[in-house]
Amino acid sequence: MSNYIPNTEDVKKNMLAEIGYSSIEELFVDIPDRVRLERKLNIKGPMAEMDLMRYMKGLASSNKHGGEYTCFLGAGAYDHYIPSALGHIISRTEFYTSYTPYQPEISQGTLQAIFEYQTMICELTGMDTANASMYDGATAVAEAILMACQATRREKVLVAGSLNPEYKQVSYTYARPQGVSVTELGYKDGSVDLNTLEQSIDNETAAVVIQTPNFFGVIEDLESIAGIAHQNKALLIVSVDPISLALLKPPGELGADIVVGEGQALGNPLNFGGPYVGFFATTKKLMRRMPGRIVGETTDNVGNRGFVLTLQTREQHIRREKATSNICTNQALNALAVTVYLSLMGREGLGEVAEQSLQKAHYLHDKLIDTGLFTPVFKAPFFKEFALKTTISIEKLNSRLLEKGIIGGYPLEKAYPDLKGGWLLAVTEKRTRQEMDALVETIGGIANE
Amino acid sequence: MNRKLIFEISGEGKKGYSLPPLDIEEKGIEDLIPTNMLRDIKPNLPEVSEAEVVRHYTVMSRLNHAVDVGFYPLGSCTMKYNPKINEDIARLEGFTSVHPYQPEETIQGSLAVLYELNQMLCEITGMDQITFQPAAGAHGELTGMLIIKAYHDNNGGEDRNKIFIPDSAHGTNPSSANMAGFDVVEVPSNSRGGVDIQALREMAGSDTAGLMLTNPNTLGLFEEDIIEIAEIIHDAGGLLYFDGANSNAILGITRPGDMGFDVVHLNLHKTFGTPHGGGGPGAGPVGVKKELVSYLPCPLVGFDGEKYYLDYDCPHSIGRIRSFYGNFGAVLRAYAYILTMGAEGLLNVSETAVLNANYMMEKLKPWYDISYDRICMHEFVLSAQRQKKQGVSAMDISKRLIDFGFHPPTTYFPLIVKEALMIEPTETESRETLDAFIDAMIQIAKEAKEDPEKAHTAPHIAPIGRLDETKAARNPRLRWSPN
Repeated sequence: MSNYIPNTEDVKKNMLAEIGYSSIEELFVDIPDRVRLERKLNIKGPMAEMDLMRYMKGLASSNKHGGEYTCFLGAGAYDHYIPSALGHIISRTEFYTSYTPYQPEISQGTLQAIFEYQTMICELTGMDTANASMYDGATAVAEAILMACQATRREKVLVAGSLNPEYKQVSYTYARPQGVSVTELGYKDGSVDLNTLEQSIDNETAAVVIQTPNFFGVIEDLESIAGIAHQNKALLIVSVDPISLALLKPPGELGADIVVGEGQALGNPLNFGGPYVGFFATTKKLMRRMPGRIVGETTDNVGNRGFVLTLQTREQHIRREKATSNICTNQALNALAVTVYLSLMGREGLGEVAEQSLQKAHYLHDKLIDTGLFTPVFKAPFFKEFALKTTISIEKLNSRLLEKGIIGGYPLEKAYPDLKGGWLLAVTEKRTRQEMDALVETIGGIANE
Repeated sequence: MNRKLIFEISGEGKKGYSLPPLDIEEKGIEDLIPTNMLRDIKPNLPEVSEAEVVRHYTVMSRLNHAVDVGFYPLGSCTMKYNPKINEDIARLEGFTSVHPYQPEETIQGSLAVLYELNQMLCEITGMDQITFQPAAGAHGELTGMLIIKAYHDNNGGEDRNKIFIPDSAHGTNPSSANMAGFDVVEVPSNSRGGVDIQALREMAGSDTAGLMLTNPNTLGLFEEDIIEIAEIIHDAGGLLYFDGANSNAILGITRPGDMGFDVVHLNLHKTFGTPHGGGGPGAGPVGVKKELVSYLPCPLVGFDGEKYYLDYDCPHSIGRIRSFYGNFGAVLRAYAYILTMGAEGLLNVSETAVLNANYMMEKLKPWYDISYDRICMHEFVLSAQRQKKQGVSAMDISKRLIDFGFHPPTTYFPLIVKEALMIEPTETESRETLDAFIDAMIQIAKEAKEDPEKAHTAPHIAPIGRLDETKAARNPRLRWSPN
């Protein structure tokens, strides 16, 4: 008997008898014999709680993790600090065991949180309106591309070479069946090459997709890119690191039409890549073309302010094959984590996180350059992540660092064959001077071998 | 009285965080970033103390109905109990603090979870390989549709552009098929609530790409003709897609792979007890038969006898569908759930879920209409047409149920049933709860005759009154602003 199933065998027998059956088997008569499984499933279990926890702890401990190791990996997922209170709030079972807030009268907790989330995303990005969340940064970019094509009735998209490689891959996957052609632009000094962009764009281009700070950590010149895009009546889609927006000019002020990104850094643990949360914001003009759920303010029968899911005629459960997107379940609890994170950190705290990340990244950058073993791959300004070049094998570098309890950077060659010997390091506010100095010292040791 | 938003309790200088001071020499920001790239004014985020933030959201949480608060018979959503041990497991630092790009030798535990759950879900569904990239059910559907498209394109079937979808299907089905570039053709239901196979036979042909089917379907009925349905589609050269939303009815009883399906998605947040989170994160892993493995998104997880590795050898892959490896946290909970239950436990889940649904349906039959009078599986659909004639709609009934402490059933779905109320009790509810819900439904049916006003003005006991959704859509206010 499972501790998750309240009805005992006796109770079940009585229930069956009351509705006129003598065995459970009779309830399955509609399933043809030919497709019945005539044997027991061959799977592990059952396991009692104690055994399960022991087993799972064993698996967890065969991972090397950020609790014991110092992480300098970024490349789309970042080891930022998460305040203690956050975990306690999102562990409220009233939040995590509820469903999509389709019944607003008994879902005001979730609905108000999403309304606050949408507001915060607008504040960070400088856009008019935001949706309730997407699966992750990659699918947010892909959905933005489809939306831009629908809005402009054009089918060509230009993506920056400096866009996260996985975001590019997901964009191709989403675009291909829609007949949308996605062309990758080369980069120059780690940024969008404005000349190539001007040559590649034409009056059939639906959108230009860029990332800032981009995959190399470099801050893009949004204003110039927006100018070129808009001259051709193409939309500008910007994928952005939300932490950077505490310092950097919001894309909305610089001409972005759709701003998306990965919200993991805002209060969601690394979690081996998920669950994360994509954010999606746009202009008032494009509001009704947004994918996914949106919460709006309204009033109840006696005039109290309340919140509901709204503009639902865009969505699959109403519009079916004509919906703006097929998305249904999104990442609500992760969006709640973002909301609580931004509430706790607030205007000043987020600024401090951004500034410390920026300062520390530059400290480590300069220290590594000082060893004489590295040269910068690019000279452009960067935020919390930077690319260095070295003649030491990256694999050797990372495996030696691992021995010293340090998770090293991302080998750029994996996604950019032309950047052999390129090493991408991320530094968040969590890294201490001591940890950074240890990294530099270990590397010095490798070079002296 | 209006409840305050977090922005409305903000006060300058309040602080909800503590960070250590910068431990290196500070440089001027202007020396690091060109000033024209810097923000002029800080984003208008709230300034609130930690204590106030915690109270704000704790009070808000109490405005939610939730599985841990009360019965949640939301049809097709499988709102079962979410085991607490799985939450503890998912919060182990050895899982949460792992970067997805760490070297393989440092992520053996996480890869083992993916590898082993792959084997379990293959056994449960009768498929040969699973991808965990899809983040939710609809995302799984899109993945599956893209696989079917890539398969046809690669096998001389570029002209196969039609996907058949029953008129009772979830809205995500036609939407996902459309996103994958297919034309959607709706298949009518027959008088028993199943696929009209006569119609299907006439529709199937050389342009058939496949069929999307939920089984048991959204009426809670098993497709009795499934063997014939599979034959019709396969004979026409199409593939069968299984929407696993309703898998809670069939664990250990029958498998989509044995029914003839080629591609399957599961909703781990439904069938395998991972929490819905207020609308996510879910997980929508997709399983395929051998012939389709090479089309799956990359990478898959392999095992060479000593260690687990990420396998990037996917020659016909549809490409990546999400970053990294999917919603790992949800996948991890599902793995723990299956280990807890074991084979007999899972069978018990489905048997009990189906019994609970039939028990409720039989008890409510005298009071509400039922469009298809058959044994149901894990859920059933009532029609409130009788009550509607008395002036009480399915929506009114739903809102009135809130007064009894219950979450309403899925209302007005499936579309082929008028005044539909779709009820799914799951296996984790006691008979006492089921009886209490039945009593409430009977009382509401009586009220519909005697005092319809009671339902019209419901809910009476809720944190807020009935909300004006038309106003919200007509004049959208989608963010807070000062003043």
